[in-house]
Amino acid sequence: MGSFQKAPHVKSVFADRKAAIILLGPALVIYVVVMLVPVLSSLGYTFYTGSPINGFRFTGFDNITRLFHDKDVWSSLGFTLRYALVVSVLQIALGYLLSLFYLFVLKRLSTLVRTLVFFPVVLPTVAVGLLFQRLFAIVPQNGIVNSVVGFFGGDALSWFNDAGTAFWVIVIMDLWRSMGFYGVLLYAGLLDIPDDIIESAKLDGASGIGLIRHIVLPLSLPVLLSSIIFSVNGTLKVFDSVLALTNGGPGNGTTPLTLYMFQTAFSYGDYGYGSTIAFLLTVICLVVTVFIFRSSRRDLTKG
Amino acid sequence: MTTASRRRVSRRLIPVLAVAGATLLALSACGTGAGAGTGNGKFTYLHVTEDPATPAIIKELAGNECTAENKSLPYDDQTIAQAQLDQKVQLLAGQKALPTMFSAGGAPAVTQSLDKAGSLVDVDAALTKLGVADNVLPAAKSTIKALYGGNDIALPYQFNIEGFWYNKKIFTANGLTVPTTWDELVADAKVLNGAGVQPFATGASGQGWPITRLISGYAFREIGPSAMADIRDGTSKLTDPAYVKAAQAVADLGAKGYLGKAPEAVDYNTIISDFLTGKAGIMYMGSWVLPNFADTTANKIGADNIGFFPFPTVPGGKGSIDQLPANIGVPTALSKSAYTDRVGAWTKCIAKNFGSAALKKSGQISGFKVNTPVTTDALTTLVQDKIASTKTSVVWFETYFSPKASTTSWNNIASLVDGKMSADDFMKLVQADQ
Repeated sequence: MGSFQKAPHVKSVFADRKAAIILLGPALVIYVVVMLVPVLSSLGYTFYTGSPINGFRFTGFDNITRLFHDKDVWSSLGFTLRYALVVSVLQIALGYLLSLFYLFVLKRLSTLVRTLVFFPVVLPTVAVGLLFQRLFAIVPQNGIVNSVVGFFGGDALSWFNDAGTAFWVIVIMDLWRSMGFYGVLLYAGLLDIPDDIIESAKLDGASGIGLIRHIVLPLSLPVLLSSIIFSVNGTLKVFDSVLALTNGGPGNGTTPLTLYMFQTAFSYGDYGYGSTIAFLLTVICLVVTVFIFRSSRRDLTKG
Repeated sequence: MTTASRRRVSRRLIPVLAVAGATLLALSACGTGAGAGTGNGKFTYLHVTEDPATPAIIKELAGNECTAENKSLPYDDQTIAQAQLDQKVQLLAGQKALPTMFSAGGAPAVTQSLDKAGSLVDVDAALTKLGVADNVLPAAKSTIKALYGGNDIALPYQFNIEGFWYNKKIFTANGLTVPTTWDELVADAKVLNGAGVQPFATGASGQGWPITRLISGYAFREIGPSAMADIRDGTSKLTDPAYVKAAQAVADLGAKGYLGKAPEAVDYNTIISDFLTGKAGIMYMGSWVLPNFADTTANKIGADNIGFFPFPTVPGGKGSIDQLPANIGVPTALSKSAYTDRVGAWTKCIAKNFGSAALKKSGQISGFKVNTPVTTDALTTLVQDKIASTKTSVVWFETYFSPKASTTSWNNIASLVDGKMSADDFMKLVQADQ
């Protein structure tokens, strides 16, 4: 992991404050203007109620107390956490399997397969959403999935009219969309493992599961950790795929916090409460990220 | 680092901070000033995708009766899906960037809050000033006032009544008569279903109103014309037995399969095509659908083959069969900040000519006076007669709901008719979001 150490000449450049200001200043200004200012102003809305049409009124902590009594928040939070857990685990597991497959089975021939599996990542989510709506359709005619169900003698299912089945359709769609990305990300991490270590482990008699368990897994832990943080934060903030596929339905059975926040602020015109929900989401992302970082730091010192 | 050099650095920091501050100010200035609807020199009309007929009529006017107005302020057309309309309008209003003329929100609550905030032109006052106020039909004016809190803030590009449209050929083939009571309607549906014809063309994908309006239709017959206003005023609740009974009646239709295989997946356009291709025998819809009926490529069953009957009565109910739901479609409003003399000239031209142009071009019935007589087809004449003979009109299910309650009603109606949710639970859910 030599790449994580700072090169000495970089250190000397940043020791010069003038250079540091010139180099970092513009980026910092842009960051403050486009990130911090909106974030803080949104946080400010938390204490107000109203909409841009009717104007805003200060209400103190009303929105926050409302948050704890709103059963819709809790059901969306439940969906968000369930979704984040299931998709993150499967996403990284599938991605990791793919990367091992690229490295140890396909070897140099993996380029084509990698491209094909990566392909869904570049497709617009809405297009993928429409595609999966057709795949799982029941009217005007059965989609492929229902045709297969029919072929094996089952009854065609209305996949999107049940929160349980709709959840799994979203999961399948997001896995299809993202596993290629995690495959490539983790593959890049695996390539960083020096060949000689693997060779010598093989000479020592390690093979198959043992090799992966004791050599490959520990050495790819840093990139695995980045993937987990990526994945968890990405899935906690799931929005576009749900919007395109189910629009949160049936009822609010597949409404994540992000969509509930969006509806509250923009459809119901309640910007203050929408910001409060956004604040809750931010806190959750922060807590989860910190938690992952801390647990991983312990692991790294052990290894 | 020495103190001197540190001081030098901090002195150099000052211009950096100044530049940052100036950039911030410049950017925030952009935020408030940009995109105001006034200055683009066009007569911009933001309308819903679901209604292509109205903008087509305005475009026609731009090329004929309103050529001069169009020359000084060219017509410009923008579309948005109705499901996204409310949020778009609120966002534009927040940025003070409302288009010259726009569909002002599906939920009357949104339209009313725009009005309260002073964003909308008082149409009645404006037309009076332009000397063309008598071009709006009194019935249309009173409907607008009833819907939008007593103020006349919308241009009645549509004037609709709602009820059931039926396929005459299918009715004759199955020996059915036009129902006047709910039980007769259900009996007819049973016959159709037995004959392998989907009884009702309906669906709730994207928008749930094609089904929720059956609930209000039933409630108006059961309780009387004040049924939904009572909910608004808090004198009744949706969880009261009479309202739950209405929801139950609609849920029963779904349970028996009369609303199709998977209504949750059927969108507005599919509903229309299910009816116009003869797949389904009956369709609940407003008379805004007349242009679709007149479209000979889409209408496979033929306009002569379509009949109309009002929402039937229910046994022991207080409502009567001649109380038809009436509305002006998605209300079209004028932005106050974009209203100039040139917009006024356009409005005057529209008020004078829209009524006859709409009838002539697509058989659309509007709330404007028909100044040049137009010969209409049988269905249009029938609807005009119905409008003329309606003494008391009623509204629709979500008319007085908050945006959240409307969404809840739309998003859960499929669960109700699929038997996943009881009538009681459905009404509880919608009542809770009022």
